[in-house]
Amino acid sequence: MDRLLNVTTVLSVILLLMVLVSVRRAHIRVEYSVSWLLAAGAMLILSRARPLLDAVRNLIGLPDSPLTLFLLAAGVFLIMFFRFSIIISHLRDDNIAMAQRVAILEYHLQNLKDHEKQEA
Amino acid sequence: MIHHAGLPDSLLIIVPALNEEAAIAGVVREIHEHVPGVPVLVIDDCSSDATIDTARKAGADVLPLPYHLGLGGCVQAGYKLAYELGYQYVIRVDGDGQHDAHDIPRVFEKLKSSGCEMVIGSRFVTANGSRTGAVRSLGIRFFRAVLRPVLGKPVHDPTSGFVGVNRRALNVFRGSFPLEYPEIEALVVLQRRRFRFEEVPCKMRPRTTGRSTITALKSLYYVVHVLLGVFVNVLKFDRRYHRAQRDRGPGG
Repeated sequence: MDRLLNVTTVLSVILLLMVLVSVRRAHIRVEYSVSWLLAAGAMLILSRARPLLDAVRNLIGLPDSPLTLFLLAAGVFLIMFFRFSIIISHLRDDNIAMAQRVAILEYHLQNLKDHEKQEA
Repeated sequence: MIHHAGLPDSLLIIVPALNEEAAIAGVVREIHEHVPGVPVLVIDDCSSDATIDTARKAGADVLPLPYHLGLGGCVQAGYKLAYELGYQYVIRVDGDGQHDAHDIPRVFEKLKSSGCEMVIGSRFVTANGSRTGAVRSLGIRFFRAVLRPVLGKPVHDPTSGFVGVNRRALNVFRGSFPLEYPEIEALVVLQRRRFRFEEVPCKMRPRTTGRSTITALKSLYYVVHVLLGVFVNVLKFDRRYHRAQRDRGPGG
């Protein structure tokens, strides 16, 4: 059981470092890194603070602590994936609207150029 | 070049096309033959062949999209441009040559005389010799049954892409239009605004060039996607629309 919690600690630290490095290199925007940092931080704290994890386990009513930790982590990541789906949907809508606007503006521009040519 | 439309009965024909170089010239010429003087706008969904040049040579105006948006995004781009240019009516004809341009004046007349927001060129209003495959026919029957209670009236050909709309529908569609398989969902979008639609009998020819985008493998995805789209649209509460209605007051 302790080994499982140790693995969780290592994974949390790796995740924290990966997110921080990605933010530093501007591979991920700060506003999108916050939820990852919070999730990794929460996993790290719970995997190291056994009394806290036991308290959460008793509150939820689960049989053992590592299972509680992994269920909590899975829940947090599911919420994050859902949030990212919303963000991606918004981006796709915005992207399509922008592509349509670019096409329409290019169309008007071409018409203006043709009109100028005809007048010249 | 398509100019700003100032006339009250101004009509624009839009033709969404993707890799239709073999068929597009025939489609454009046929439209010009049956509705002379009416501008034709081909919306090219980033074709990799010579669709754009072929359409221009045939006498159409072309709106090239910067990248592939899919049928819904392509049609919506045409609706947006038509609305900006002030057109009162827009009729969509597919670029594969399956729709008979001979039926365009009938759809246009129905749009004007009925005052409906949408007129669908239907293969099944009367027996007109149009044939569809067994699977597609089954799908159409299924969606007829699903849409009957949603729309409050029967629709014979909900998957028809031969559709005419007036400016009120254009105003709705430029803001909200389904991106994939738009025909059925578009009906529900209009129904949510209490808009009306009519059907007129039309012929549909078998495809002579290119390939349909709906393959056998995609059929199941199509059914699930469209069903989901229908029910999401039924459940959707359009805040902007209802706020505008409320601000307009009971007489608005």
